[in-house]
Amino acid sequence: MRDGGRPCYLPLVSDAQRSERGPRASARTLLDKVWNLHAVRELPNGQTQLLIGLHLIHEVTSPQAFAMLREMGLRVRFPQRTFATVDHIIPTDSQLRPLSDALAEAMMGELERNCREQGIQLFDPASGHQGIVHVIGPELGLTQPGMTIACGDSHTSTHGAFGAVAFGIGTSQVRDVLATQCLAMARPKVRRIEVAGKLASGVYAKDVVLAIIGRLGVKGGIGFAYEYAGSVLEAMTLEERMTVCNMSIEGGARCGYVNPDETTFAYLAGREFAPKRDAFERAKAWWRGIASDAGATYADRVELDGRTIPPTVTFGINPGQSVGVDEAIPRLDAVPSDERPGLEEALAYMDLRPGEKIAGTPIDVAFIGSCTNGRISDLREAARVARSGRVAPGVKALVVPGSQAVARQAEAEGLDEVFRAAGFEWREPGCSMCLAMNPDKLVGRQICASSSNRNFKGRQGSPSGRTLLMSPAMVAAAALAGRVRDVREVL
Amino acid sequence: MARPPLERVVGRGCVLRGDDIDTDRVIPARFMKVVTFDGLGEHAFEDDRAQAKGNHPLDDPRARGAEILIVGRNFGCGSSREHAPQALLRRGFRAFVGASFAEIFAGNCAVLGLPCATLAPPDLAALMDAVELDPAQELVLDLRAGSLRSRAGSAPVTIPPGTRQQLLEGTWDTTSVLLEAGAAIDATAGRLPYLREFAA
Repeated sequence: MRDGGRPCYLPLVSDAQRSERGPRASARTLLDKVWNLHAVRELPNGQTQLLIGLHLIHEVTSPQAFAMLREMGLRVRFPQRTFATVDHIIPTDSQLRPLSDALAEAMMGELERNCREQGIQLFDPASGHQGIVHVIGPELGLTQPGMTIACGDSHTSTHGAFGAVAFGIGTSQVRDVLATQCLAMARPKVRRIEVAGKLASGVYAKDVVLAIIGRLGVKGGIGFAYEYAGSVLEAMTLEERMTVCNMSIEGGARCGYVNPDETTFAYLAGREFAPKRDAFERAKAWWRGIASDAGATYADRVELDGRTIPPTVTFGINPGQSVGVDEAIPRLDAVPSDERPGLEEALAYMDLRPGEKIAGTPIDVAFIGSCTNGRISDLREAARVARSGRVAPGVKALVVPGSQAVARQAEAEGLDEVFRAAGFEWREPGCSMCLAMNPDKLVGRQICASSSNRNFKGRQGSPSGRTLLMSPAMVAAAALAGRVRDVREVL
Repeated sequence: MARPPLERVVGRGCVLRGDDIDTDRVIPARFMKVVTFDGLGEHAFEDDRAQAKGNHPLDDPRARGAEILIVGRNFGCGSSREHAPQALLRRGFRAFVGASFAEIFAGNCAVLGLPCATLAPPDLAALMDAVELDPAQELVLDLRAGSLRSRAGSAPVTIPPGTRQQLLEGTWDTTSVLLEAGAAIDATAGRLPYLREFAA
């Protein structure tokens, strides 16, 4: 997917040059505005003590943080701004308690105890609102523009779709937020990524973000927040914007965001935790104000042409190693020399041959779900494809809704029946086979067409398992064909 | 809670070549079904080590007891799991030296008092070669001087200034530092309209 001819970077005035001229109150980025509003103080080491407006927690990265809090004799500072759910370890075949896996049951019990002791609202399966943390925050209206959000999960960048500044953090930082509602952070630079034009039929938000990472690389975003813009992003639904922002971290950017607009406000209207009536009108005025100003300066700018983005598939062991579905897997001599060892390692692990088209690669498993692509619009697109046939013999195909609310909506629309009739398994909500901390795992050298976010070695639960990332519609097409197939032939 | 200042890390090095080594590889997800970090050390790089059949750098007897892990570009990318640096810490590593580090990983290390120092590519290449040739040599990562010394000589290293200062001052226990803000936290919260439910 690398673009040889066009320049990627249009040099602009850098932050450093700008600060020499002094601050210009009239033209700032969303990141700068949100950062300044949440800055408690500058720390002696030059970092900012940043107030976190919304803290989301789950069962895997929080128990040690609560234990540290207890050791320090501290309580949760803002329990009313902390919300919990269970997603990583929960089985998707049965959520009945006790969970079949004793370790998973212990983790769930620990989360319940911590939430009870500290007065934190827990969206467990009995609540009807359980789901992947990055699916339920938005659908409950907890995620709003202009917030700072933190969660002990790297895909917290998802929430940037609303114009929030959202960071994935580690467990000691979860402890920091529990204890102080703050993080010590260095302010990132902002790179504006404009995707112009419009997407072709069969091309989705997943393809856009894979194309961006393919262009900029998996380390390109280190030190940056990504501001996604341009007519393609403007035309996207909130769910599509979430897919793009979700994978910011795969490009090395700790956060990514889209400026809030009428699409954002329409999504939020009427959601459980969103402001109501007059307060919603006041909120809209404030939300509009935190969007980046026209004329704001960026440390860097990148432009992509949306019309040239094809349905995209990864062939390697990081999300930057991708090609268009009708393109060939690159040969070693087609990449810069410093990328060759990585490409060589990827091809050896994946057992794929350079020069061959990715289309036609046989698959063993198809996985539709995850915080990247487990929302209702993803399931609708996959179901459109699933209606056209049956899962190929020998392929195990799973559909895992991102939340109980997504599952209810899908069932109300009859999508579960569409999937079952086509031979897919319809599961209960959770992270499932995205990271395989639950019974959903690849076996041996299986190769999986997956709507998730990481194709790392061993990511899907088998130390030698293989992952091909693609859009949910492409996964459905692969499930029916038993091999990677261009979804445009099916739609 | 004050921590001891960290001026330098002295010890042997272990060279782990390759870019974009993600935290799923450092500690596969199945070992995260735990409510403490104890015992993670033995599972560090478990699947990579099994696949290398004894030829993984961590299993090189000459690297036993190494305290400085020498890595390539974008080390620690992917999942935010602090289990990754916790596993490496429990395996005996006290510092990381490489071409670049993923930000969440570096942030997790900072809170644990583990420096992530970057070297210029030619210096890193020379260091990797030198340590592979002579793994017994003592390396000195000097935070105050900003250098890494080996038998091959001294090379400048970069550590983000905020983190370097925290390590040198022993103020890397961020919770204590953040708590010092006291009422300023509530004052900032009080200025945010969404924390007042957008009241008129």
